[in-house]
Amino acid sequence: MYLEMKNIVRRFPGVLANDHICLEIEKGEIHGLLGENGAGKTTLMNVLCGLARPDEGEILIDGMKVEFGNCLDAIKCGIGMVHQHFMLVPVFTVTENFILGNEPRKGARIDTARAREMVLELSEKHGLKVDPDALIKDISVGMQQRVEILKALSRGAELMILDEPTAVLTPQEVEDLYRIMRSLQEAGHTIIFITHKLQEIKEITDRVTVLRDGRVVGIVRTKDVEQVELARMMVGRDVVLRVEKDQHAPGEVMMSVKDLRANDSRGLTKLKDITFDVRAGEIVGIAGVAGNGQEELVEVLTGLRKQESGSITLDMQDISQLNPRERMYAGLAHIPQDRQRRGLVMNFSLVDNFLLGYEDLKPFARGPMLDYREAEKFASKLIKMFDVRTPGSQILARTLSGGNQQKAILAREFQRDPKLLIAAQPTRGLDVAAIEFIHNELIKFRDQDKAVLLISMELTEILDLSDRILVIYEGEIVGEFKSGQATPEQLGLLMAGSKKGQM
Amino acid sequence: MEVWSNVFSLALFTATIRSATPILFPALAGIFSERSGVLNIALEGIMLISAFAAVVGSYYTNNAWLGVLCAVIAGVLTSLIHAFMCINLRADQAIVGTGINILGAGLPSFLLLKLFGSQGISPIVERIHEWRIPILADIPVIGPILGEQSPLVYISLVMVPVSYFVLFKTPFGLRLRSVGENPHASETVGVSVFRFRYLGVIISGVLAALGGAFLSVSYLAQFVKLMTAGRGFIGLAAMIFGRWNPWGALFACLLFGFADALQAAAQASNVPIAPQFLRMLPYVLTIIALVGAMGRANPPAFVAKPYEKA
Ligand SMILES: Nc1ncnc2c1ncn2[C@@H]1O[C@H](COP(=O)(O)OP(=O)(O)OP(=O)(O)O)[C@@H](O)[C@H]1O
Ligand SMILES: [Mg+2]
Repeated sequence: MYLEMKNIVRRFPGVLANDHICLEIEKGEIHGLLGENGAGKTTLMNVLCGLARPDEGEILIDGMKVEFGNCLDAIKCGIGMVHQHFMLVPVFTVTENFILGNEPRKGARIDTARAREMVLELSEKHGLKVDPDALIKDISVGMQQRVEILKALSRGAELMILDEPTAVLTPQEVEDLYRIMRSLQEAGHTIIFITHKLQEIKEITDRVTVLRDGRVVGIVRTKDVEQVELARMMVGRDVVLRVEKDQHAPGEVMMSVKDLRANDSRGLTKLKDITFDVRAGEIVGIAGVAGNGQEELVEVLTGLRKQESGSITLDMQDISQLNPRERMYAGLAHIPQDRQRRGLVMNFSLVDNFLLGYEDLKPFARGPMLDYREAEKFASKLIKMFDVRTPGSQILARTLSGGNQQKAILAREFQRDPKLLIAAQPTRGLDVAAIEFIHNELIKFRDQDKAVLLISMELTEILDLSDRILVIYEGEIVGEFKSGQATPEQLGLLMAGSKKGQM
Repeated sequence: MEVWSNVFSLALFTATIRSATPILFPALAGIFSERSGVLNIALEGIMLISAFAAVVGSYYTNNAWLGVLCAVIAGVLTSLIHAFMCINLRADQAIVGTGINILGAGLPSFLLLKLFGSQGISPIVERIHEWRIPILADIPVIGPILGEQSPLVYISLVMVPVSYFVLFKTPFGLRLRSVGENPHASETVGVSVFRFRYLGVIISGVLAALGGAFLSVSYLAQFVKLMTAGRGFIGLAAMIFGRWNPWGALFACLLFGFADALQAAAQASNVPIAPQFLRMLPYVLTIIALVGAMGRANPPAFVAKPYEKA
């Protein structure tokens, strides 16, 4: 056996993140690590890459016991990790990030010419194109990921840990990543691959270890299992991977958007006179490749960005001049795309996060004071209703796993009893159980004759949930379909910019 | 008209350099600390403590350079307190800095009383004399301005390119800056956040101490209560105005130094402006510079944020 982790235990206050986990990795395999949000995957990998120390347990490489006091120790043993949240310095260039901690020298100074060469050499060798002089903050996440992979390779990583590498990638970039992974495997590298997407596990891994609640619940050869079985192991019950929803007759127009035009922060026109309606009891899905104006659309609708022209009406009321809070009171709720930036205050407790938007309403506001007894009651109710897994309501939002953060936002927004909900990428980075839960909540909401505007880059999600699908391309609506009318191929073509007539 | 031509003489520029030095040291000090991610508003306090230590050293050894050595030791020790609280205990860096500033205001006055039995000023001590740089001093215009200054002035000027080189051209500098921009990234490539933050703060302490020593054993030859008069803070303003870059900071310091020299020269030549207004000049300039620099300045992303290991 190449690598063994034996009885790894890692505790956080109130949470047993890793409960005697045993993991065995064979040389040259691509090993999948599967588990719900909060199952302990990242924690386990942080132990393996030397970032965190286990409370108990040991690690063996080729049968020899190793101990990692810091990341350098792990790097020396050939372990490299591409983290879920990239570990790059945004204001440094690709080359500077690449050499950090391992700089080529010429006398006292950094040998920049040599450093650049090293980047180019390695990127050539592995077919990973990068621009050595670009600043990290200016390049796409796909590119950043390549830098991370190159960084690990340059330090002689034999074992490459990829923590949810596909969550932030476009489908095209995912294909590229598969190609890279396969060629690394051919070159003799071993890979641990974390993802929530079962079809990705099926497609690329040789074996899978499944975690649930910090424990190993199964180790299988990938080709011996079906996706549903993996889902069952991971969640502990049967999961419906396909969304089930009944037909529902849409009612009156709930939101009406007319000739909406908006610019991005650099002044480029991102929305070009968009017009559409969302009816009560209807889920309207906006399909499109990232960066075609979806972000600006959500921002303009919620009042976070000013439109250049056009109007927005919600339930007959013109809301286009209102500020975000007034829109919220008018019946608009918003699940933001970036939950850590706009959805939650990461350093607030769960209760405080729940209070956002309610803080000056009864019964929480009493004169100038907040009534925390009421707030606590409210929090426990939401935690129970939406099954937020947390040791308590005083826990800081940032220590919750991604899925539980999302559930918390959903709970808060649904509780406003809005007329229309804008859900932007509501299931990004979530596990199958959480996705199932959120999808069901959205459908239940629709069935109460409420309106939903769903923005997603995930085509299957759009197809599964929407009653009507709009395709956005370069800031224009280029296609409209009723549920069941469009095939993924048709949508894909429109999303890529081929006009209707040419299909 | 006559009085104004007295103000604008070569001596004004000589004084500009001299006035810039005690701002330049803390500005460079701030750059090292903040680039590593530790907010350092304690510079004023560190300068006061070191200025006092320099006088004590010089008083007891009759050697001003040993006084400077004492200042550096005092500066490093004070910085270590700062570092320990901010890095190990993860205390709020603004509050720790404020605490040290209060210490810096109080401790020297207390010791002044204890050691010299005096309120507010120390005895006159041995000071560092100006050096005449042979060829430089004979060049017209430049000679009178730069050719005959305190060695500490030269050290401060030399520290500008040295700091720039260290921060932006060496592996050490890359690592130090990475720790201030994204310590999580540093940790994953085996760069110790702990170590580099400590180093940043200690270097900062040495530089601030030299600034303090310049005031007490070179510019003057004694300690005067609160003699830094906000120069630690003006240094921080210069750091921000100079965008955490040594060359930028030098430019800002020359500007502030000029304002300071100008007001002094104007007062000396009895220009018809109330001295109270003249004395305000450097501080007003600081505020204007800061307001102007605000929106554009990009501090290191992780400055003032304690780092917690995963
Ligand atoms: N720094 C921390 N402090 C407290 N609790 C933590 C911390 N980091 C993780 N946890 C908790 O440990 C558990 C495991 O978290 P971990 O991040 O390993 O999950 P994961 O399987 O990677 O989930 P995801 O799929 O959402 O990334 C969770 O319950 C999480 O809330
Ligand atoms: Mg994770």
